[in-house]
Amino acid sequence: MQYVVLIYQGSTPLPGSDEWGALADEEQKQIYADYGALNQTPGVSPGPPLGLPEDATTVRVEGGKTLTTDGPFVGMKEAVGGFFVLEADDLDAAIEVAARVPAARLGGAIEIRPSEAYWQK
Amino acid sequence: MAEVALDRVFHEEWGRVVASLIGFLGDFDLAEEAAQEAFAIAAVRWPRHGVPTNPRAWLMTTARNRATDRIRRDRAMAAKFGLLVTGDREEPMDTTTFPDERLELIFTCCHPSLAIEAQVALTLRTLGGLTTDEIARAFLVPEPTMAQRLVRAKRKIKAAAIPFRVPTSALWHDRLDAVLAVIYLVFNQGYSGRDELAAEAIWLGTALTELLPEDPEVRGLLAMMLLHDSRREERFRGGELVLLGEQDRSRWDHEEIAEGRKELARASALRGRGPYVLQAMIASLHADASCDWSQIAELYSELGRLTSSPVVELNRAIAIAEAEGPQAGLRIVDGLGLDDFRYLHSTRGELLRRLGRIPEARDAYRRARELTDDGAERRFLERRLTELAASPG
Repeated sequence: MQYVVLIYQGSTPLPGSDEWGALADEEQKQIYADYGALNQTPGVSPGPPLGLPEDATTVRVEGGKTLTTDGPFVGMKEAVGGFFVLEADDLDAAIEVAARVPAARLGGAIEIRPSEAYWQK
Repeated sequence: MAEVALDRVFHEEWGRVVASLIGFLGDFDLAEEAAQEAFAIAAVRWPRHGVPTNPRAWLMTTARNRATDRIRRDRAMAAKFGLLVTGDREEPMDTTTFPDERLELIFTCCHPSLAIEAQVALTLRTLGGLTTDEIARAFLVPEPTMAQRLVRAKRKIKAAAIPFRVPTSALWHDRLDAVLAVIYLVFNQGYSGRDELAAEAIWLGTALTELLPEDPEVRGLLAMMLLHDSRREERFRGGELVLLGEQDRSRWDHEEIAEGRKELARASALRGRGPYVLQAMIASLHADASCDWSQIAELYSELGRLTSSPVVELNRAIAIAEAEGPQAGLRIVDGLGLDDFRYLHSTRGELLRRLGRIPEARDAYRRARELTDDGAERRFLERRLTELAASPG
């Protein structure tokens, strides 16, 4: 079973921010180590790391016109912070992996979506 | 066989047959349809030709054969399930070849990735065998809404691969809590007047004690439900709510009280002291002729530490009021931030009334009435207000 796992940062401290600077050294190291371990977990195919949501550009097409706006489609807090693809036996196995994503305990949330091959139907 | 007895066999066996079929087929819809066909055949044949010696094996074999027939007819489905049917079709299979998979089923139905309403509906449908229409009526929801809820839940189970298995130890406690919460919710719905749901919840609770005999909370929940249920008949008189102190104790179901206490004793023997066991202990004390209110207050303190629920604190205040007087109870009630909770105001009204602070009592009862839409409770509050209008103050 293939899942796409979306990481929402929420209020998770992001590297470079004051909140991140306020974390103890060991804690910062632990977070990097946890993400590293996650990417080594069997079944996980990590997506490339995402830059900050404030650097995002949102594009819509209305009446044939391309409309471009600054920032993510949703608010900064609701923006996607990262994603990976996960091969797992079932939803419970996926939940156990999702619970190990550091953002889940630091003020963010993880969304598990089954992937679906619509075009084969 | 009498119709009632047949109904009972159907009720007892439905969940087991459906669970086993889901385990075998891996598909809720197909399992349910096959079970339905088998039960329909039994309903026609058994009264005429007699009940088979092993009704369960008969139902399982028939349902399984129906399902495999259907899969064979549908080639695409056969490819999907990769099934081959062999063996003598007329020979009822030995029941030992059908493991009891109701536990797997209930954990799947109560999976927290489903909305709570869907968990409840799915549990009542697949395990309890209630029809969609029955569930819809019990929860005051239009039938198509309930049908849609069930369809969506089953689709999500398939799409998100919610497993059909008993959870691993890491997830065990959270998942068992979810199962107990669903059963309790069904019971509460039944306790507020829908009798058939209270009976269904007790039935589910009993089945769960058979499946998890060593878990004290499972037994605590059953004990609590039995003890509350023993007073169900007396809770309403002429469509009006009757408070515990004003109930006719001789009309309680004393057999059910004894049964509840037996379950509670088993839970205590298993060293259980979780939220459900504590609530059963409180319900058991309530059933005593001379109720020990200070012990009840202590149990509510313990329960409050486990749940940090202000509603538990409100119940503690009621017990304190009984043990130490209304002033002591009122002090706790006034410290609670439950302004939208009708029982807070009806409790305040009662305590103020006992203290002779009639105008304040009236205001509190009025606020409770504003927040209450239930008929029996409203009638109770109306009567209290009428009585207060006649009092001086």
